[in-house]
Amino acid sequence: MTTRTIPTGPAGRLAPLWRTAASARRISRILTYISLVAAAGVVVGPLLTVFLTSLKTPRELARGGVFSLPGDWLNLSNYLTAFENGNMLVAFGNTAFILVFSVTGTIVIGTMAAYAIDRFHFRMKRLVIALFLMATLVPGVTTQVATFKVIDAFGLFDTRWGPILLYMGTDIVSIYIFLQFIRNIPVSLDEAARLDGASSLKIYRSVILPLLKPAIATVVIIKGITVYNEFYIPFLYMPSEELGVISTSLFRFKGPFGAHWEIISAGAVLVILPTLVIFLALQRFIYNGFTAGAVK
Amino acid sequence: MALTRLSSPSASPPRSVPAAPTRPGRRWITPWLFLAVPLIMLVTFTYVPVANMISYSFTDWDGVSPDKDFVGLGNYAQLFTRPELFQVFSVSLFYLVASFAQIALALYFATVLSFRLRLRNLFKGVLFFPYLLNGVAVAFVFLYVFQPGGTLDGLLRLFGVDAKIFWLGDPDLVNVSLAGVSIWRFLGLNFVLFLGAIQSVPAEIHEAAELDGASRTQVFRHIIVPSIRPIISLSVILGVSGALSVFEIPYVMTGGSGESRTFVIQTIKLAFQFNKMGLASASAVVLLVAILLITWVQRRLIPEERPETR
Repeated sequence: MTTRTIPTGPAGRLAPLWRTAASARRISRILTYISLVAAAGVVVGPLLTVFLTSLKTPRELARGGVFSLPGDWLNLSNYLTAFENGNMLVAFGNTAFILVFSVTGTIVIGTMAAYAIDRFHFRMKRLVIALFLMATLVPGVTTQVATFKVIDAFGLFDTRWGPILLYMGTDIVSIYIFLQFIRNIPVSLDEAARLDGASSLKIYRSVILPLLKPAIATVVIIKGITVYNEFYIPFLYMPSEELGVISTSLFRFKGPFGAHWEIISAGAVLVILPTLVIFLALQRFIYNGFTAGAVK
Repeated sequence: MALTRLSSPSASPPRSVPAAPTRPGRRWITPWLFLAVPLIMLVTFTYVPVANMISYSFTDWDGVSPDKDFVGLGNYAQLFTRPELFQVFSVSLFYLVASFAQIALALYFATVLSFRLRLRNLFKGVLFFPYLLNGVAVAFVFLYVFQPGGTLDGLLRLFGVDAKIFWLGDPDLVNVSLAGVSIWRFLGLNFVLFLGAIQSVPAEIHEAAELDGASRTQVFRHIIVPSIRPIISLSVILGVSGALSVFEIPYVMTGGSGESRTFVIQTIKLAFQFNKMGLASASAVVLLVAILLITWVQRRLIPEERPETR
């Protein structure tokens, strides 16, 4: 981060008159660090114990306390069990399938809507904008009872296409992100292309879409993480075990692995690990993306 | 600092829309071709369900059989008079209190980390990370934390406390524990939103305050708070509507049974377990109206302080 903040140099550089103030600052600084370390401990502690548990054998788990270290740091047998008996391979496959189609669909739908709304004058434009605006106020969880009947009527219940359509069709935040970016693309570029004889579709494809790349990256990140984490929709629309995504397959660990915390922990770590890797690799984009998404 | 981008995009000057093209006859249809799929999706998956839901809510439909009878406001009357149905609102209160605690904590950490600190980016990352995690994984992590002999009991034993506390089994405690998980999970978003807003204040203002000998409390009151007021109001709305629509964490951790049943869990159970589509729809309509009302009040109270209009 490049933001500059208050220059708070070492206490020694301050004038003697300020010495008491400086030592007060030092104490407050120490308290600040204590609070930060405590908060970090609260965040990391639960995750770390689950990670430790995932490497233990059932015997170790029964004997040692929660914070004891595993005997063999490379004991991956729990992970193998989670993968094989817990259906996690199928789950990652289904999640990837749904992810690819719903993210692509969201981008196509969002950019098309943003292009039409920002670049054209047409009758009832205000009504269209109002329809999209009002929909942001309707929280998805409230309407699922009735949405379920719509998906069922299309015969899409218990297929992967039900959730894909819902992810694509109800993401208005993405349309907003595209709208904000498209406004900053100069209209003169469209006009120049049009003078060269390009059709609207051509302009959308070869002028607008390439210039929307940063917005597309933002949407891919937010949408990708949201879909990866979604539990409610796949739980409701895809009850079949072979259609499990990572959330629902992990949820099913509760039954068969009941008290086997080492296997449940391995399953949880398997789900968390990709998120950690993505976060470490794309930190800055993720902060920006979620900020843009929340503030719309 | 790219976080400030959230305030810039709409600031572009007004521009003209492309002049009429060469073939005016086909012109009017072009935007509709681009809008067709998005609009069909919008209507099918948002407006049709809302309309259906409202119409179901006045019937006694079980969700399966072809016949449904009109019962007027009967379902709504049931929702507000049967205590076992009404109880879910008191569960929301726990999450509501938690979301205020969450905003306060987020504000504290955002303020602290807006000053120059060692390991600032590390702390920022650690505090934000839980927000990205899969809800089911989080629920399992905390089932392990709360289980008898789990992380929390082990930690207490390190401090010499050997109490048998049923964090999830005790009806007086279960919602407190679950609301705590909710803070753990969602603090990061509030925190990053606040931090972004605080850091969008130009450094010169901070420097000027420093030259004038402003204390950190003064900096907080007169520089930081005004810069993030819109984000605070947004967070309050997200918090209130979030408190009303809690689902995942209690559903995975306790099955949403007994004291921990939330509004959404109850609605889902009414619709899909007890086949009371009419009553479930009425319940969802109440939730929808409540959230719309809260949003409306917020927009009324703080009309043009939305961040992008600054």
